[in-house]
Amino acid sequence: MLIKIPSTSDCKESDVTPESLYLSRRALLGSSLAGLAVSAMPRWAQAEEASRYADVEAGAAPDWFKGKLPATKWQAVTVKDETITPFKDATHYNNFYEFGTDKGDPAQNAGSLKTEPWSVVIDGEVGKPGRYALEDFMKPYQLEERIYRLRCVEAWSMVIPWLGFPISELLKQVEPTANAKYIRFETLQDPKTMPGQRSGFALIDWPYVEGLRLDEAMNPLAILAVGMYGRELPNQNGAPLRLVVPWKYGFKSVKSIVRISLTSDQPKTTWQSIAANEYGFYANVNPTVDHPRWTQAHERRLPSGLFSPNIRQTEMFNGYGEQVASLYTGLDLRKNY
Amino acid sequence: MRFIYWRLSVFAAAALVPMYWLYQAWIFALGPDPGKVLVDRLGLGTLTLLLITLAMTPLQRTTRWPGWIAVRRQLGLWCFAYVSLHMLGYGFFILGFDWAQLGEELVKRPYIIVGALGFLGLMALAVTSNRYSQRRLGRRWKKLHRLSYLILGLGLLHMLWIVRADLKEWAIYAAIGVLLLTLRIPAIARRIQRGQTGRSTIVTKV
Repeated sequence: MLIKIPSTSDCKESDVTPESLYLSRRALLGSSLAGLAVSAMPRWAQAEEASRYADVEAGAAPDWFKGKLPATKWQAVTVKDETITPFKDATHYNNFYEFGTDKGDPAQNAGSLKTEPWSVVIDGEVGKPGRYALEDFMKPYQLEERIYRLRCVEAWSMVIPWLGFPISELLKQVEPTANAKYIRFETLQDPKTMPGQRSGFALIDWPYVEGLRLDEAMNPLAILAVGMYGRELPNQNGAPLRLVVPWKYGFKSVKSIVRISLTSDQPKTTWQSIAANEYGFYANVNPTVDHPRWTQAHERRLPSGLFSPNIRQTEMFNGYGEQVASLYTGLDLRKNY
Repeated sequence: MRFIYWRLSVFAAAALVPMYWLYQAWIFALGPDPGKVLVDRLGLGTLTLLLITLAMTPLQRTTRWPGWIAVRRQLGLWCFAYVSLHMLGYGFFILGFDWAQLGEELVKRPYIIVGALGFLGLMALAVTSNRYSQRRLGRRWKKLHRLSYLILGLGLLHMLWIVRADLKEWAIYAAIGVLLLTLRIPAIARRIQRGQTGRSTIVTKV
């Protein structure tokens, strides 16, 4: 599916990227053209393909991922005139409290996460519940590259090229019943490999839980991702399977998913349970509703320099209003933040 | 001046730490959001220096070494230097020097208000840290400088409101803070000193 990014999300003159970053963007465009050429080549030649993005650390992709990669729809969704965040930053500045609360902790500690074998439980209000090995779970889907803005509730943001598939396709497979109103996601709970879950001072009641209204999950922008920057997900970014909902704050996009449930009641989500006045169920990016402790009107687009902090205005629904605003007609977004 | 080398080493250590952080930011070792990291570190540095400063008196009482008191004022002034840089960094990296935004944040956000009160407190102590003020204020000087206990409470509250999910780090700072304040409860402070004199008599007997 081709989704055109609307003009409302176009950038202003003031957002123009510094030249050095601009040049890396051109390199990216060049390499993606090369990618088109390469995708016409036989499979054996693909191993030779240099990464589409600069300085991407090679991973050890599972076989099912390698098998799917050649058929990927590259740049199925792009952002206009925005620089993609360097791979190093996107993989070394993470919130993944299962591996520690510092931004660098996940990159340092997530090596212990075992992503193979991995299975996903589908349960609740579905016609076809079950536990699936990840390779079987992924079988029906073609990968698409979705380049999305990511806006964290802490007022920083990035631009990340994800590889995944729309949740709507999953829902077609699992056949929700008439009672299904919400979709609930659960992260792995494994204190042995997740040091953050061993902390006696953690305020989080593990496992981490997030959820969406079913119609939100059906929106074509909502995806389950298995890769980024042309490779499988690094552990610290939520390997092997994570949610990406670009019009909501990052904490909604739950990582390392082991269970997907369709429910009739609104799921009790992790951050809402800890501080309902700070983190709502909807958590739509909204510059007019402050976090009680800081403004959401601005964000720091990373990398943000030491001498020229890259501060910009936050856009309603993170700039995806044209595609998602209709989900919330009649809803008071000040109350349902 | 007594303890000149001791004083200089304390000075060098306190000055080198933020310079090292700045160097790290310069060589991109602080990640993609160096400003935020600097602000956080300077905040924690302020709290740490406040705790160290408050540890000098109990240390002097237990060890009888006057060197602790010799660096106490300097450490307090470093604490103010760190908090000033913390505020400067907050204004530059987080607010982008948007003064209207600052006004709004000061009114709306409890943790900013608490932090700002702590900053004003430290400023009052820094301004009155010289001998002239000590003479001028006389007995009231000591009373005024007990404000540092309140500032410690404000600093811990400021940090508690920023911690989002894991209280471990905060609990360590808070525990040390509580310990240092407990040592100042008159009965306990007396006991420390008495215990000390008791032990030293044993030493002289041997």
